[in-house]
Amino acid sequence: MPTPLTWQIATVDEIRPETAEVKTFTLRLPAWRAHRAGQHYDVRLTAEDGYRAQRSYSIASPPTRTGVVDLTIERIADGEVSPYFHDVLVAGDHVEVRGPIGGYFVWEPGLGGPLLLIAGGSGVVPLMAMLRERAAAGADTPTALLASWRTIDDVIYRAELEALGAAGDGLLVVHTLTRAQPSGWTGYARRIDGPMLAEVRTPLGSDPLVYICGPTLLVEAAANGLVEGGVPAARVRTERFGPTG
Amino acid sequence: MGGQFVSRGFTGRRREPDRDRADRIPPGQYVTDDFPVLSAGPTPRIPLDTWEFTIDGLVREPVTLSWAELIGLSSRDWMVDISCVTKWTKLDTRWEGVSVDDLLALVELDPKAQFAVAHSYGGYTTNLPLADLVNGQAFVAYRYDGQPLEPAHGGPARLVVPHLYFWKSAKWVRGLRLTERDEPGFWESLGYHNYGDPWREQRYTGDE
Amino acid sequence: MDVTADLSNALVLDGNAVAGDLEELLGFDMTGAMHRCTSCGNHGAMATLLAYTGGPGTVLRCSICHEIVIRLVRTPTATYLDLRGAAYLCLRPTAADSR
Repeated sequence: MPTPLTWQIATVDEIRPETAEVKTFTLRLPAWRAHRAGQHYDVRLTAEDGYRAQRSYSIASPPTRTGVVDLTIERIADGEVSPYFHDVLVAGDHVEVRGPIGGYFVWEPGLGGPLLLIAGGSGVVPLMAMLRERAAAGADTPTALLASWRTIDDVIYRAELEALGAAGDGLLVVHTLTRAQPSGWTGYARRIDGPMLAEVRTPLGSDPLVYICGPTLLVEAAANGLVEGGVPAARVRTERFGPTG
Repeated sequence: MGGQFVSRGFTGRRREPDRDRADRIPPGQYVTDDFPVLSAGPTPRIPLDTWEFTIDGLVREPVTLSWAELIGLSSRDWMVDISCVTKWTKLDTRWEGVSVDDLLALVELDPKAQFAVAHSYGGYTTNLPLADLVNGQAFVAYRYDGQPLEPAHGGPARLVVPHLYFWKSAKWVRGLRLTERDEPGFWESLGYHNYGDPWREQRYTGDE
Repeated sequence: MDVTADLSNALVLDGNAVAGDLEELLGFDMTGAMHRCTSCGNHGAMATLLAYTGGPGTVLRCSICHEIVIRLVRTPTATYLDLRGAAYLCLRPTAADSR
């Protein structure tokens, strides 16, 4: 009998900066249960007078990291929930959460590959859970991550992605920097487009499983570009993030 | 609400109204300076040379206005407070448009006409008593805050009925159909209150 | 009627946005539930529907034809679901989805 999804009160264990505007919040859950990479938790804030705000945040940690979930959250300047996380929450505080949620945008090694992961900004978070689970399982599924950022300083998990990409287990990490590039940058320097997608997916063969996550416009452009390039639509899964948080 | 979890230090984006305006905020509402864009679907783009506004149903002769004809009617400025059922209230919003009284003056109403359905490009509908559309209570607006009304906020023209929750102020309005019976519209048929008076907090079906 | 992309389209989410509410209501994950669009016949998972949220309710539209497939309203005491835009919803509370 499935356990119903209910709200529980998590405790902030740790807060870790990732970039200038992004932090990872480790939440310890009294009723933690193993999630699947790609799932998210809903977070609900309640003011003294009952005013509420609710958002969804993807889980960054793999299910092998038990008892807690890592939520990597970008601070949106005129947002309502993310500024609370960044500016107010400290370790020891409590947050009401509900999850894990989602059965469509999930991957585990048993689903096979090859695997093409495409991210726009903080859309990398659920894909990072997939990569971390892949590494924890010792899988060598041929995988490529294509991630789009404004500048190199916006790259979330930069060092860890570099290490994963250098592990020699069939993972290729490719960044495109759309607004500014460091001197000497030889990588992509434009928004994701058809030719870029074709180049990135060529080594993966003809029939990858594709997961795309990020702002709606990027997700649409990438999905359309892939389908136009011959990837069957049924092999492409997308999750759209809202622009505000 | 005993026992409900409260997030330490969370107040949200809203702010307290100035004391001298507190009585302008309907119960359960929060003041905002933003103008949130909330929508049930893609924003329609209607070229002005094909835009039309029709008054039909229980009228002797239906009337259709072109854009040129709409803006040729006498318009006025309106400054009103608006309240959305999602709990935000915006004070002193400024609009320019044509009162529904002036639009209804273009037709001859059947005496059986008691209600209206406002319908929009994109398929949205909302229902109102005729009595709530007349006597200066409602207008078709095409300018907001001194500028042409943006598509995201219902432009080229939208209905504005400030004394009811703002879902009754149909964006992208394309006509009023006069009816004998009340015909619940898009949200009224799915759990929202048929009338929607913010001062009695008539948000949902069954609210008194 | 010409429906073109603009700022409001950047706010469009997908069926994942209502996953928590529907699972709390129905007891199992709905994002993978297949539907057929009444208007155009497209088959897809609920997660692929375009979600317009933040208003009085949530409207899920077909990603192909943009017509309404599902409407969802949550009040303090009830949830209203209009499924008329779906010729069917295929629900599979499988072992993989149960807890």
